[in-house]
Amino acid sequence: MSEEYDLIVAGGKVIDPASGLSSVADIYIKAKKVAKIEVKDLVDLKKSKSSKEQKIVDASGKIVAPGLIDMHVHLREPGREDEETIYTGSQAAVAGGFTSVCCMPNTEPPIDNQESVNFVYERASKALCKVFCVGAATKGLKGEELTEMADLKEAGAVAVSDDGMPISSSRIMRSALDYSRMLGWPVISHCEDLNLSSDGVMNESYTSTLLGLPGIPSLAEEIMVSRDLSLAEFTSGRVHIAHVSTRGSVELIRAAKSRGINVTCEATPHHFSLTDEIIKTFDTNARVNPPLRTQRDVDEIKKGLKDGTIDCIATDHAPHSIEEKDVEFGAAPPGMVGLETALGLVVTELIDKKILTWEKAIAKMTMNPSRILNLNLGRIEKDCRADLTIIDPEISWTVDTSKFKSKSKNSPFQGRELVGKAWMTIVDGKIVYRL
Amino acid sequence: MKLKSKDLLGLRGVSKEEINFVLDTAVSFKEILERPIRKVPTLRGLTVVNLFYEPSTRTRISFELAEKRLSADMVNFSATTSSVRKGETLKDTVRNIEAMKIDMVVIRHSASGAPHFVASCLDSSVINAGDGAHEHPTQALLDLFTLREKYKKLEGLKVVIVGDILHSRVARSNIWGLSSVGAEVAVCGPTTLLPYQIERMGVQVFSDLDQALEGRDVVMALRIQLERQKGGLLPSLREYTNLFGITKERLKRLNKNFTIMHPGPINRGIEITPEVADGPYSVILDQVTNGVAVRMAILYLLSGGEEKVE
Repeated sequence: MSEEYDLIVAGGKVIDPASGLSSVADIYIKAKKVAKIEVKDLVDLKKSKSSKEQKIVDASGKIVAPGLIDMHVHLREPGREDEETIYTGSQAAVAGGFTSVCCMPNTEPPIDNQESVNFVYERASKALCKVFCVGAATKGLKGEELTEMADLKEAGAVAVSDDGMPISSSRIMRSALDYSRMLGWPVISHCEDLNLSSDGVMNESYTSTLLGLPGIPSLAEEIMVSRDLSLAEFTSGRVHIAHVSTRGSVELIRAAKSRGINVTCEATPHHFSLTDEIIKTFDTNARVNPPLRTQRDVDEIKKGLKDGTIDCIATDHAPHSIEEKDVEFGAAPPGMVGLETALGLVVTELIDKKILTWEKAIAKMTMNPSRILNLNLGRIEKDCRADLTIIDPEISWTVDTSKFKSKSKNSPFQGRELVGKAWMTIVDGKIVYRL
Repeated sequence: MKLKSKDLLGLRGVSKEEINFVLDTAVSFKEILERPIRKVPTLRGLTVVNLFYEPSTRTRISFELAEKRLSADMVNFSATTSSVRKGETLKDTVRNIEAMKIDMVVIRHSASGAPHFVASCLDSSVINAGDGAHEHPTQALLDLFTLREKYKKLEGLKVVIVGDILHSRVARSNIWGLSSVGAEVAVCGPTTLLPYQIERMGVQVFSDLDQALEGRDVVMALRIQLERQKGGLLPSLREYTNLFGITKERLKRLNKNFTIMHPGPINRGIEITPEVADGPYSVILDQVTNGVAVRMAILYLLSGGEEKVE
């Protein structure tokens, strides 16, 4: 053993969808990078332990995945540091097993110019995980004029989006797709026809009828998905549909993909785990946009995850303060935190229920978002960044929001029993979280 | 017998036995209201706060009178705006009021679920006096009381609710209450004002008034609001009246000994003609009279009352 390593992750089952590796292996890390991967038939730690200089992590019985990437989070900085900061968001991220997150630009003020992108990266330099910035597609998120996208890119932004709001003007959306194509970027689209969603506060369904709450019909999303798919086809631009929540959207995207339209999409853990029926207690933590839908929608999202229509799992982590949520249902802002429950929900709702294999699930949280945003991450191979998520696939735990690292606790999953949790999170070869 | 919950938030899931218990208790209170001195000491020493976040005449006065007749101490609070950011939140408001030592809260609010939220913040009993388009349980109970008084039994009674079902808490509470006691309920309104999958609540659904009236015992007309026209849900009140106005002509389709109801306030000449509203078969004012007795019964039972009062 001539070479010295900074860290060895030994004996875990390494699942790397990018290379197809799925077996027990030791991963040797040096200078923030993966230096060597040694596939082995049997777990054998003795040999590795020979040098006392080397730190060894015994990952036997665990799953070692490329560091998870969440391509859709709201970190609230600048503007609402009482709810979350880039730093606290990164604490929540690594506790949830994420080594990279992409933060959306709907802060106060929005991230719509080079200077504000620089601000995010300045703050991100102290974060526990990698933070990538998504810039606004239009100035002030107003949907009227394009942002200086080349400038945003130069500062390090990885895509554009007006997330939180749709780009209502079809003309501006067309321009955004045309212009971002020049930069090789997707436009991440929040699909919502505001005329249809109107004053709605939950999904329009039998449950909204029972509760007498104004509804948001599923077609408020589907009409915009349909529009964006047509615009992407026409412009040859690239559209990524954020937080797909309805059966019709999944079907539209599936059909568009088969026609060769340049579209990708994501689904959130809450949209594949919950239906709008949990609103029966008027729990404002269940208010989210797009709203929780019905079982039929949940089933189709699972189907879309299984057949590959849905490329990614992203949390849409949306922290809100207690005082904002501790009000009448309709008065609460939409959104829920998700970073610390995502992996458990993926294991419990998708892997254990045989919707996805470990390989497919991990791909949707690593390789796929990396490819969509050209992050050059999300895989385990020699010389790549040593971002690893070590998962305990068996552990049963109960969601306790008071233990969240996130500054905000607005989760409807409080008290829920889940299986699977991040056991250790490694960013650039450094252990940033351990259970 | 005692009521199961400390609160009355809605009629969904409330059993026939509990509903009949409330109605039976209300009979005793109605007798009291017919005495020369219409006041009893039943709730002496108890404090009730009426929180009205939405304008109301009938329901508010009805609750106030019910409280006074029972000798409760009462305080009124009204606000034209709901909480949210500016000013104090609903939670803070009600917790502050509770800190002054009170026993019950009656709340009317434009947000569906507001009474549930308040109930979760307080130890006091909470009575829903109407929340958004969700429920208005005391209205439905007084409607049931009025019908039971006339027909003696509610089982098998054929009722049709006509109008803006989408925005109506009265419709929802009546659907639950009437269904629970075995009445047969239908709803009728323009298709833009029927909520999604309303049939799953166990009602027949009509958009043709003449069909809906055929063979019914009871017609409950709902108030139609002018703002529905601006919201794009109705072309005009004129057309609404043509299609859904309850006129004398249309009453022919109803069963003998039929009844006309309306929770008020009435738009005379729009959802109902004056002739029908004031006809001999109309119980609209009886509804109002009975409202006080039913609310007295609810206040009494939620304060811990068990048996009928003397």
